[in-house]
Amino acid sequence: MPTSVPTSWYLILSAILFGLGVAGFIFRRNIITVFMSIELMLNAVNLTFVTFSYTLKQVDGHIFSFFVMVVAAAEAAVGLAIILTVFKNRGTLMIDDVSSMKY
Amino acid sequence: MTALIFFLFAGIAVFCGISLVAQTHPIASALSLIGVMGSLAILYLQLGGEFIAAAQMIVYAGAIMVLFVFVIMLLNAGAEGTSLRVSAFAKYLGMFLLVAFLGLISFIIQAMLPRTEGVVFGAFKGGTTADVGMKLFTVYLLPFEVTSVLILIAILGAIVLARKEI
Amino acid sequence: MNFFILSLIKAGIIAFVFLTALAYLQWIERKVIGHIQLRVGPYRVGPHGLLQPLADVVKLITKEGVLPSHVNKFFYLLAPFLAVTLALISISVLPFGPQITIGSVTTWMQLTDLNVGILFVIAISSVGVYGVALGGWASNNKYALLGGLRSSAQMISYELPLALAVAAPLLLANTLSFREMVNYQSGYWLGFIPRWNIFPEILGFIVFLIAAFAETNRIPFDLPEAENELVAGFHTEYSSMSFAAFFMAEYANMVTVTAVATLLFLGGWQPPFPEPYSDFVPIAIFGLAGLVALYHGLNPARRMDKFTLPGAALLFLGIAALFGATFFLPVLKPILMALFWFCGKILVLLFVFIWVRGTLPRFRYDQLMRFAWIVLFPLAMFNLLVTGLAVALSSK
Repeated sequence: MPTSVPTSWYLILSAILFGLGVAGFIFRRNIITVFMSIELMLNAVNLTFVTFSYTLKQVDGHIFSFFVMVVAAAEAAVGLAIILTVFKNRGTLMIDDVSSMKY
Repeated sequence: MTALIFFLFAGIAVFCGISLVAQTHPIASALSLIGVMGSLAILYLQLGGEFIAAAQMIVYAGAIMVLFVFVIMLLNAGAEGTSLRVSAFAKYLGMFLLVAFLGLISFIIQAMLPRTEGVVFGAFKGGTTADVGMKLFTVYLLPFEVTSVLILIAILGAIVLARKEI
Repeated sequence: MNFFILSLIKAGIIAFVFLTALAYLQWIERKVIGHIQLRVGPYRVGPHGLLQPLADVVKLITKEGVLPSHVNKFFYLLAPFLAVTLALISISVLPFGPQITIGSVTTWMQLTDLNVGILFVIAISSVGVYGVALGGWASNNKYALLGGLRSSAQMISYELPLALAVAAPLLLANTLSFREMVNYQSGYWLGFIPRWNIFPEILGFIVFLIAAFAETNRIPFDLPEAENELVAGFHTEYSSMSFAAFFMAEYANMVTVTAVATLLFLGGWQPPFPEPYSDFVPIAIFGLAGLVALYHGLNPARRMDKFTLPGAALLFLGIAALFGATFFLPVLKPILMALFWFCGKILVLLFVFIWVRGTLPRFRYDQLMRFAWIVLFPLAMFNLLVTGLAVALSSK
């Protein structure tokens, strides 16, 4: 067991989480789960920012990930409002059933 | 110790990430995502980002995910049905390809980056609240102000969408 | 001494004292509510019902834990565990007193001090909603689901004024650590007014307290468990220890939130009077209580008073003597004085919580939401703006 891990392992973890997020985005059919997969990808990106911030010993990465969080919050508010409206009009959350432009 | 904590919480993060994709029920997926966020917060702490770790818990786990769970409970969304026919072969091939793809990316990252020294807890002390605040309100003041406008627009959009008429 | 051993000892002491105090908090609440409603409250088990918490714990442990057949088993069992863990975890960053020295060991009366301690407590309290929300959802019961929904909506709404009210004293003290927060509040204006944040931040304190009522789901904001609408709200389907876990989480949240209010606004363990006078206050209070108990024990109004009240008198006088002994034992003094003032302030705030429960009726749900967004949020925002302006103008 090594006593400490190189920074590249954090990046690998980030890549794995991002890949899982992409997989969830493609495979899942529930709108809410798809949306959560996007959040997973954003989280993975945040980990990359913080890791590079550590490597370069600068705080800028933290600020980028802070902005990502803020944008994610705004996105969640609007996105969930859209999901609520879709559910109200179509009565379903499955992406495949919400394929027509006009009801 | 640093390595132990990394492996523990990286393991939890990956496990929860897989669980997010694999679970059929949205509430289970949401809880898995909270697990990912919590373990990432601890990794941020390890990398010297104490403010960003706290913000991760407050903003992501405490606000955004509560909103998700709230909406899932409000719509009483059930588990995903199996309306789409997927053959077992395609499923396993997809899983294999995903694992292969992730392995390839990990290999590329490991090969491209120069050998770095290990992460030591406490080696980077520039991530305190004061540092983040200093940078945020001097260098990044314009983006910060723009974000506040973005949030205002998001609030308006959410209110308009949630009204009864649409 | 080894850091780990010291931390283990401290954690053990805090866990033991805290869990016992939670059980007795429930006794205090029932007694106070009883007296407010002109009843006597618990009286049968032990003198003045003092053994009631023990009896309750034994009852809850020995009861059968029913697992309803229609619930989502994993989340149903996870929810109370989550609730109680998240409620207990934030006690680890709260300081109870100053740095003390016992023999050769110098340590703080605190498990650990984080640079972002206040953010940590806010983060944990914002995650704490999942216990209630999941419990309500996993019960697969419409009343429980409504309780869980109400609780999550209420907690996100009141989180905002709470955080904004907390931000104002942070601006004054220019720190996020509880220790430095309390150190900032030491000393006196004009020699006798304590430099507590409550005086410049009285508006913030009121907003914080009201939001804290909502965050802990207490009356008048206990919509998630409103009996006459929702049976028992989110814990309708729970029994035995899982019910006790929710109950314990509520009381632990109450203690945490009052402790945070004490640390941020009421000066933590700093006494309200200058040093030589404040040392006599505990002796006077406990001595007086002992003498009153002794008088009533010698002139018994009820049959058992002959035996119980002299015992209580002995206890109070013993505590008074202990505080008197601090004049000769300087080792004890910082520990006892800090604990006395800290616990005293917490108890006063807890009494306010119980008092409000015995006095106010419950809000309606739309009133609750309107109050959060139209009254409390602008007030907290205004308070923060004024404080920020004052800090900006007064600093060079």
